[in-house]
Amino acid sequence: MSYVTLKLVTIVAERILADRLSEELRELGARGLTITDVTGSGSRGVRASEWEGANVKIESVVSPAVAERIMAHVAEHYFQYYAVIVYAHPVDVVRGDKYV
Amino acid sequence: MQPLDILLANLLSPIVLAFVLGVIASVVRSDLKFPESLYTALSIYLLFAIGLKGGAELSQTPVRVFLGPALVTVALGIITPIIAYNVLRRTKRMDRANAAALAAHYGSVSAVTFIAAQAFGTLNGEPAEGYMPALVALLEVPAIVVALMIAFVRSKRAGSWQAALHEVLAGKSVVLLLGGLVIGLLAGKDGIEPVEPFFVSGFKGALTLFLLEMGMVAARRLRDLRTVGLYLVAFGVLLPIVHGALGVWAGTWAGMSIGGAAVLGAMVSSASYIAAPAAVRIALPEANPTYYLTASLGITFPFNLTLGIPLYFAIARWLAL
Repeated sequence: MSYVTLKLVTIVAERILADRLSEELRELGARGLTITDVTGSGSRGVRASEWEGANVKIESVVSPAVAERIMAHVAEHYFQYYAVIVYAHPVDVVRGDKYV
Repeated sequence: MQPLDILLANLLSPIVLAFVLGVIASVVRSDLKFPESLYTALSIYLLFAIGLKGGAELSQTPVRVFLGPALVTVALGIITPIIAYNVLRRTKRMDRANAAALAAHYGSVSAVTFIAAQAFGTLNGEPAEGYMPALVALLEVPAIVVALMIAFVRSKRAGSWQAALHEVLAGKSVVLLLGGLVIGLLAGKDGIEPVEPFFVSGFKGALTLFLLEMGMVAARRLRDLRTVGLYLVAFGVLLPIVHGALGVWAGTWAGMSIGGAAVLGAMVSSASYIAAPAAVRIALPEANPTYYLTASLGITFPFNLTLGIPLYFAIARWLAL
């Protein structure tokens, strides 16, 4: 089977940003998303909506160019005031054209 | 009953004791934990049930009886965030964003405080008017809007004001409360009778369970007390007393009963922690959530639940003399 190497971008953010981030990811070129409820701890602590779950993890397989756009976007708009981290690593996928 | 007996009766009511149990469970680091879905289910049930009941009562209330209290409530919703904002700014303790964030919380309503006040009135033979839930909805929205307006008019902001407004208007507390009200209003008293066994009989039990969870959530906030300092603790107790007295006075002036005026006072004094935090986080991301969540949840809510509510009833009784 032939594999294509793409980027898996992962964002862990406070729950309140879930809808906004998934919309923006679509606009930046992500074709699909996986969203999971997660908990943990970090440098920020308090969550405005802690009753409705602390954090979400948003994952998306995208082309390297889109991955870069997403990371730059998150860094520019959210790092200052919100509890957010974003990272990417290379992944091998079948049907590479599905994601770009 | 003597004021002290009433206070004691309140402190020994199941809902207050359940709250205390929640605090204890959190302090001793018990593994007791509500599944998230149970918390969500309970809050949906409670909000929808008070909406339904209020709507059914409203269908039997003449417009002229309701109009005065409704106008007074909207006016209070506009005035209280302005008071809160000015207190915080004039004492020079908070910057604009944090002052506006706290103003949004202290202007709007805590639904649980409202329900607890209503239960307290029924228990002590001074029930509030049946249409009170409609006033909760009227008080919730303007306060958050006014507080955010203060922030947005004063300077350019990082957050989005439209997104915040959507968060308030389409948020679950307003949708359930208003939706329940409209359904109750359209169905009328006879219409909601078939669903009453579920929504009325189970209500106090569900509330007690909910307060247990509230105790645990509030106790988590108590750990932040040291960070926020004595100023915010004083603010979280004194401002509700001022707002509460103002609410009781305005309610009495609008012709409400002792129970009604006291419950209105409790509503006005309370600080929101469901609708306001979500809206504020979006509109004023630079405001520190530790301040507004600790103040509303860790200080003002426990104060109102234990001492505030009996106090507002005492003021209402005194004004009615």
